[in-house]
Amino acid sequence: MWELHRVAELPGGSTQLFVGLHLIHEVTSPQAFAALEEMGLHVRSPERTLATVDHIVPTISQERPLADPLAEEMLTTLERNCANYGINLYGLGSGKQGIVHVIAPELGLTQPGMTVACGDSHTSTHGAFGAIAFGIGTSQVRDVLASQSISINKLKVRSIWVDGQLNKGVFAKDLILHVIRKLGVKGGVGYAYEFGGPAIEKLSMEERMTICNMAIEGGARCGYINPDEITFRYLKGRLHSPVGEAWDLAVNWWKSLCTDINASFDDQIRFDASDITPTVTWGITPGQSISIDENMPYPESLSQSERLIAEEAYKYMDLEPGKPIYGVPVDVCFIGSCTNGRLSDLRAAAAIAKGRQVAPGVKAFVVPGSEKVGIAAEEQGLHKIFQDAGFEWRKAGCSMCLAMNPDRLEGNQISASSSNRNFKGRQGSSIGRTLLMSPAMVAAAAIKGQITDVRAFLPKSLENLL
Amino acid sequence: MSKVSSYPQGVIQQVLGRCIVMQGDDIDTDRIIPARFLKCVSFKDLGAQVFADDRKELQGVHPFDRKENIGASILIVNDNFGCGSSREHAPQALMRWGIRALIGQSFAEIFYGNCLALGIPCATASAKEINQIQKAIELDPSQVWELNLTKKNIQSSLGSWDVAMESGPLEMLLKGRWDATSQLISQEAFLKQTEKKLPYLNNFTK
Repeated sequence: MWELHRVAELPGGSTQLFVGLHLIHEVTSPQAFAALEEMGLHVRSPERTLATVDHIVPTISQERPLADPLAEEMLTTLERNCANYGINLYGLGSGKQGIVHVIAPELGLTQPGMTVACGDSHTSTHGAFGAIAFGIGTSQVRDVLASQSISINKLKVRSIWVDGQLNKGVFAKDLILHVIRKLGVKGGVGYAYEFGGPAIEKLSMEERMTICNMAIEGGARCGYINPDEITFRYLKGRLHSPVGEAWDLAVNWWKSLCTDINASFDDQIRFDASDITPTVTWGITPGQSISIDENMPYPESLSQSERLIAEEAYKYMDLEPGKPIYGVPVDVCFIGSCTNGRLSDLRAAAAIAKGRQVAPGVKAFVVPGSEKVGIAAEEQGLHKIFQDAGFEWRKAGCSMCLAMNPDRLEGNQISASSSNRNFKGRQGSSIGRTLLMSPAMVAAAAIKGQITDVRAFLPKSLENLL
Repeated sequence: MSKVSSYPQGVIQQVLGRCIVMQGDDIDTDRIIPARFLKCVSFKDLGAQVFADDRKELQGVHPFDRKENIGASILIVNDNFGCGSSREHAPQALMRWGIRALIGQSFAEIFYGNCLALGIPCATASAKEINQIQKAIELDPSQVWELNLTKKNIQSSLGSWDVAMESGPLEMLLKGRWDATSQLISQEAFLKQTEKKLPYLNNFTK
């Protein structure tokens, strides 16, 4: 696949790689367009470029002009750039707007065998389709706009093989948090993570996207999963998926892309899915997590390199080593993001929320990953379940994952969040605190008002309930 | 702040200047530049906002606020610096503050690439060596150091340490070819050839 996209070898030994799909948004593109103009260049392949607006969009009122003048300026800049260069923009109210890593797959734009680039680190998400997908910076956004290609070094590949099957109440989010905990937040630097094995093969596309989405939190620039029947079934009939004869030819080609069973990897690691339990972060990196059944580690029990950041984390989080994460009170509960803002995520959370009430004093809100997800959820009545339980039901966007819109923590509030980063200040308050977990765990925390074990909340059958 | 020298251009063989030490592993780009400062359509104001929240928390004693560090141009960091978000705003903020080179135990990949695209070398050294360099700088922050990319070392009258850099990025800096745009667009003929053989650009008939 790499060979197929290789344009040339560049001086210094890096590869010029063709970019099959370039996704852009309002935060990392304006300076790239400005640079393009300064250099007198044009957009080489506007038809291979797709824009949406996600990071700065308010999730309550999206009336224009947006209440925040800076947000409005970013949005109008994107609109102007897209109009000038003939780039398709799925904007607010188009029915196709949403988080870039949610909409490209759901519109059938992301396909096996493609290279996908976007000025956003969570571009690793698209590797779930058997694509080579990576995040880039703004200078590289400029390069892709100008040349539909990028200068990049080939990554090593680490196989992450997962045997067994996830237990009830344990989700793809728990699996990837567990992997990052075990391999560390820098374990993946220089690697692409290829996930495989019986546990991965059983996952839906949405679950696979959750896994690949967070490969970057383990330091791996790309996540990857071989395409299979589940991939093809997901893609069939989507807006930009191939149709007719091209569909059959596409499936044949996609099938030929799978990693050979005898392929050799630069590194191989095995996990067993049945060992994994609901997992929650307690610190300030996504690797600082524990099972809901465990107590938070004593810094002395950690390696020297982990100890310093653990001490820093305890100080920032105001949590105590040796205590369980179970029972930690929460102020805000956020369900959404490019990690866990898809329909199945909302269904899992709604199954927990149904017929229950958000604890007094807790602010809980649900932000669908895209307008399409929001519409589908409403068709299934999920918004009613959430609203009846005391959750706010919002419009699509990145929202409090990184708090570039009005959704943010105040002071040292603590959130239960289905997003991907628990960095200091990540959710909009410089002293705000984030605990990462699955959307179902967030819903359970909202009901209980504290971190709890979702397995005690499970309906007898998720399928029967919803 | 002392006058910021011009941004990197062309051939980069050495970076001369005082060093600034930033300790800690896994310093993410949200910390280097918090997301609220990403609400901009230009990078120009980011220099003053670098490490904004960490600096606020430390009330004047953050390395980027200490008087002796103002005007420094080489940043010495620990492991996995620049992890997390791909925001180029992070190296842009460092560059606009005055940083022209980094030396650390390791760097997150996207951050590393973003620095390279700005002509900012990220050289590496072992944990032990980084520790020694950091200690030497803290003894005398006024010392001027030279990061020499040809010799692959950093030195001052306080000592000399070897640093490492991958051959590709090193060559790009030494030859002034780190700004990839012109090279990429010059390969138009090869770009067209690649497009012709990609199944998904040819109705899957190739």
